[in-house]
Amino acid sequence: MIYRFTCIVCPLGCSIEVEMEDGKVKEVRGCTCPRGKEWAIQEVTNPKRVVMSVVPVEGGALPTVSVKTAEPVPKEKIPELMKFLSKLKLKAPVKVGETVAEWEGIKIVATRGA
Amino acid sequence: MFPRIPMLSYDVVVIGGGPAGMAAAIRAKELGLKVLLLDENDYLGGILPQCIHPGFGLHYYKEELTGPEFASRLAKRLVELGVEYKTATRVLEIKNYSDLEKVVIFTSPSGAYQAWAKAVIYAAGARERHAFEIGIVGDRVSGIYTAGEAQTLMDIYGIMPGKEIVIVGSGDVGLIMARRFALEGAKVKAVVELMPYPGGLARNVMILRDFNIPLYLSHKVVEVRGKGRVERVKVVRVDENLNEIPGSEFWIEADTLIISAGLVPSVKKLKAIGVEIDPATGGPVVNDRLETSVPGIFVAGNSLLINDLVDYVAEQGELAAEGAKEFIENGGIESRKWVKVEKGENVRLLVPHYLSGDRDVYLYLRVSKPMEDVELRIPEIGKRMKLPVVKPAEMLRIKLRAEEIRKAKKLTVEVVKA
Ligand SMILES: Cc1cc2nc3c(=O)[nH]c(=O)nc-3n(C[C@H](O)[C@H](O)[C@H](O)COP(=O)(O)OP(=O)(O)OC[C@H]3O[C@@H](n4cnc5c(N)ncnc54)[C@H](O)[C@@H]3O)c2cc1C
Repeated sequence: MIYRFTCIVCPLGCSIEVEMEDGKVKEVRGCTCPRGKEWAIQEVTNPKRVVMSVVPVEGGALPTVSVKTAEPVPKEKIPELMKFLSKLKLKAPVKVGETVAEWEGIKIVATRGA
Repeated sequence: MFPRIPMLSYDVVVIGGGPAGMAAAIRAKELGLKVLLLDENDYLGGILPQCIHPGFGLHYYKEELTGPEFASRLAKRLVELGVEYKTATRVLEIKNYSDLEKVVIFTSPSGAYQAWAKAVIYAAGARERHAFEIGIVGDRVSGIYTAGEAQTLMDIYGIMPGKEIVIVGSGDVGLIMARRFALEGAKVKAVVELMPYPGGLARNVMILRDFNIPLYLSHKVVEVRGKGRVERVKVVRVDENLNEIPGSEFWIEADTLIISAGLVPSVKKLKAIGVEIDPATGGPVVNDRLETSVPGIFVAGNSLLINDLVDYVAEQGELAAEGAKEFIENGGIESRKWVKVEKGENVRLLVPHYLSGDRDVYLYLRVSKPMEDVELRIPEIGKRMKLPVVKPAEMLRIKLRAEEIRKAKKLTVEVVKA
């Protein structure tokens, strides 16, 4: 199995190919730096993303506050996390940077105040 | 008789409370000017509070922030410094009586006002291109939004604009919207892009793979049909000259169409006072203090040119404020000789247009077509910079030193094969 993608670690945007065999990385081609290589391997074996959404808030100037995960979350867990977030409800005051919830050890942080 | 309109008096009035305007107002206050900031929204931050994804501030704050986080840092500083500002306040008109006498007319919830100012910094952002502008015809149905409208609904008010979505445009904004819809459980049925390559940054194109969203390159949406609400959109393939290929049409069923077809600097109020506009950027022609062709009227951010990084927007705000300070102190901005900057090969737009040679400057530019292994050259002064890749989607920013600028009467910037 060969995965092809454009590296996003820096603006160079190298075209990377990762060859997998029996669930293991066999070869990484096309990157011009070790950071790109590391990213490509993680991208194939355990891709992670920072997740953002909005949560309803009562008594704030706007009806929602925006939130993000304090660290990247494994990609396949994102739908589950989104379900958790969709049940949250907050009350003002909320401060920017405040942890408003926690999910499986990952902090959910407000990115807007209310 | 009309009631007398209250008259206020400032050194600088800043129009627009986005990152450009806030950075300008902060800098102006730091420089000791009496400043007033006006914004028509109920909150400060411009479009940032609705851009809830990360990707902001890497240069300016040396940290990756979300849009609202970036905005709240600026707003906090603004409040700490005691900058006077008014939200829910719409500027209706700028009057230019003389170089150091401008009047800004605005309405706010407490009534109509006019403010005298010696200088004005215009930072009103941009407007989005809408469906008619890109030639989409069909039924007048609900369910057609610009990306910014959909983003405001979703990320400010918490309302989903639809369930089955087609997005026009694969620039960063379109791609980021595709992710937001997909994350919130909507089905993104297609992203349709006119050009043969995606318009956004590689890190955003990756979103399509994350969510298995089909991307149609060299395609355009031409028609919308439905009864009351969008039901289906017609897509057609185009050839290399962007002409529609007969017989290639197909329909996609969807309840929502999102137009993400680019931004245009919002300059109506500047045009009204005779500010010269550059057809390439859609924004004003400016010198290296970001002063327009009307003395004392400065511009920054997306009103100057469409920026992809908020960091550059804030930088432009500060520069405009420094220009305003100099203008007010010296009764004008003087330069012995302006050096004109011209666009050479593969340069689509370039700002600022005139350099004084008495300060270092950043040039902001965009190329017309993607190229690899190129050099940015300014032949008049023998400047050469190697660039591995250039793309129209990524704005270039290069520094020129005052000594370099003074070496020539005119500078031509070109991007050519190394
Ligand atoms: C979807 C999206 C994603 C983006 N992603 C990124 C990213 O990942 N990283 C990044 O660095 N940048 C990103 N950007 C770009 C960045 O957000 C913009 O470049 C920046 O916000 C522009 O700032 P501005 O101050 O010029 O304009 P704006 O933020 O648009 O502010 C202009 C303000 O002027 C006010 N105004 C206009 N007319 C009047 C009037 N007549 N009277 C009073 N007020 C008025 C408006 O209400 C508005 O508040 C993104 C932009 C969008 C749309």
